[in-house]
Amino acid sequence: MRKQIPRILTIISILVFFLFLWWAEANLDPYLRRILNLIAINIIWAVTFNLIFGYTGQFSLGHAGFIAIGAYVTALLTLSPAQKEQSYFLSPCIWPLSNIQWPFLPSLILGALLAGVFGILIGIPSLQLHGDYMALVTLGFAEVIRVINMNLQSITNGSLGLKGIPEYTNLFWSWGCAIFTIFIVWMLGNSSYGRAFKAIREDEIAAETTGISVFRHKLMAFVIAAMFTGLGGGLFANLISTIDPNLFSFLLSYQVLTVVVLGGVGSITGNILASTIYVSLFELLRPIDQPMTFGSLTIPGRPGMRMVLFSIIFLVVILFYRRGLMGSNEFSWQWLFSKLRPIFKRRRMEQGE
Amino acid sequence: MTILKVDKLSKHFGGLIAVANFNVEMEEGELVGLIGPNGSGKTTIFNVITGLYKPTEGRIYFDGKDITGMRPDKITALGIARTFQNIRLFSELSVLDNVKVGHHLRLRSSPFAAAFGLPGYKREEEEIDRESVRLLERVGLADVAQEEAGGLPYGLQRKLEIARALATRPKLLLLDEPAAGMNPEEIRELMDFILRIMEEFNLTVFLVEHHMRLIMGICPRILVLDHGVTIAHGTPDEIQNDPRVIEAYLGVEEDEDA
Repeated sequence: MRKQIPRILTIISILVFFLFLWWAEANLDPYLRRILNLIAINIIWAVTFNLIFGYTGQFSLGHAGFIAIGAYVTALLTLSPAQKEQSYFLSPCIWPLSNIQWPFLPSLILGALLAGVFGILIGIPSLQLHGDYMALVTLGFAEVIRVINMNLQSITNGSLGLKGIPEYTNLFWSWGCAIFTIFIVWMLGNSSYGRAFKAIREDEIAAETTGISVFRHKLMAFVIAAMFTGLGGGLFANLISTIDPNLFSFLLSYQVLTVVVLGGVGSITGNILASTIYVSLFELLRPIDQPMTFGSLTIPGRPGMRMVLFSIIFLVVILFYRRGLMGSNEFSWQWLFSKLRPIFKRRRMEQGE
Repeated sequence: MTILKVDKLSKHFGGLIAVANFNVEMEEGELVGLIGPNGSGKTTIFNVITGLYKPTEGRIYFDGKDITGMRPDKITALGIARTFQNIRLFSELSVLDNVKVGHHLRLRSSPFAAAFGLPGYKREEEEIDRESVRLLERVGLADVAQEEAGGLPYGLQRKLEIARALATRPKLLLLDEPAAGMNPEEIRELMDFILRIMEEFNLTVFLVEHHMRLIMGICPRILVLDHGVTIAHGTPDEIQNDPRVIEAYLGVEEDEDA
């Protein structure tokens, strides 16, 4: 019975959270809703990156590539034929694609599956490598995907990008997918497969001689991560409604890496925390880009000024929390109770006096 | 019945001949020792048998099956497990999880079943949990089951590495210098431990060791290696009185110990 309590608390808090989303969807202004959506999407990317990097110990910088595949596939399938005809003015959209328009769910699923297929294609060569070499090769593959998107004029509309993607993504889609991703990665991470992933991270040779097929498990983690990353990409495209290839440059992979390192490598709750902080801070610091006046001193507005401050904040965090905000620990209800108990005890004692 | 047969095994690293024409046949239930000075190729032989290195020449048969050049995890699945000279544990995992990893190779459930926590997987996980706890009890590590493996004292880390190897249910266990860094008391305990698990788990053990007392004390049959060449083969008495062994190994070792 005691074992069930944390699980019940988790389910209750998820239900309460969805009640909040239901309220937010109807009452919050679009700007705040968008921030909440972006937090959910960033959580998906961070958690999948964590599966490859935090659990399996493979340093991949190819996330932007999988995001791009998910985004483009979902966007192209949900775009209306009329919109396609309008956008593709350099060379017309190729035939079957020009006529189809799918509902959101199957488009998302196909986007995720195709990202998974690319995960296999990219994973097979790059997972043979170790450490920095693997990072370089995956980074390269993501760039290849960007350049291909740039040049497949009659499919992706090249550097003109896609406009008018239907804004299907709402809080239920984004958070529903985020919670599903967290659930899968959490369950997998705590299963026998998760132990095998972590064994590979700890010592590849020992894992091999303990009977774990190292390559198969690395590929498994990589492909599952690629699929869910693509899912996040699809949500992203249908949230911002305009995409172009340069949106998915290596900077996006670094953004995911930043979030994961900030939250703590190997900690899913750390990923969630860091995604929330990262996206919120990014918006909260917006005024810094505006012109500012301190008494007689006037600083002209410089776009990108907030990135300077952001870097400083990031530096300070890493200085004091060398292993990220959560390290490799997870939030647990037991931990919360152990923190709360002394506070209640003190209060009770004070009341008694 | 012959369980392991290594036939004319050679391993070259570029111009360096690490092992030359090494032969051994092991019967089921046997305990064979392999000794030799540093750099004589003992660990290389283990690495070739377990598939970490591909041999330059020669073949390896296990249970009548040719395993030459097979992948390490396949070889482990067939029933050869090993430990390492410089302990290789999954340091950040708990003691229990280290042993559980050893059960992973027999898992039948798919990652899909594991991710959704399907009943078939749950049953298997419970089974793994039960067996791992029992194994830790049998080797005397039950008290530290929840501790981080990297934080254990040295002697227990050695034991845990053996326990993890046992979890893969091997027929043949390769121990690479299990007594390294142990004091005489711990070595005596280790000798008993090895003999006990051989009995309890029906093991055949191939033991690489530097420590004379351990190897002379428990191995009925010993091979001596020097610069990759087998220079002697026989009972402890025969080995101790072999002039080539004394010249190549024991004499030097004695001086160093003194």
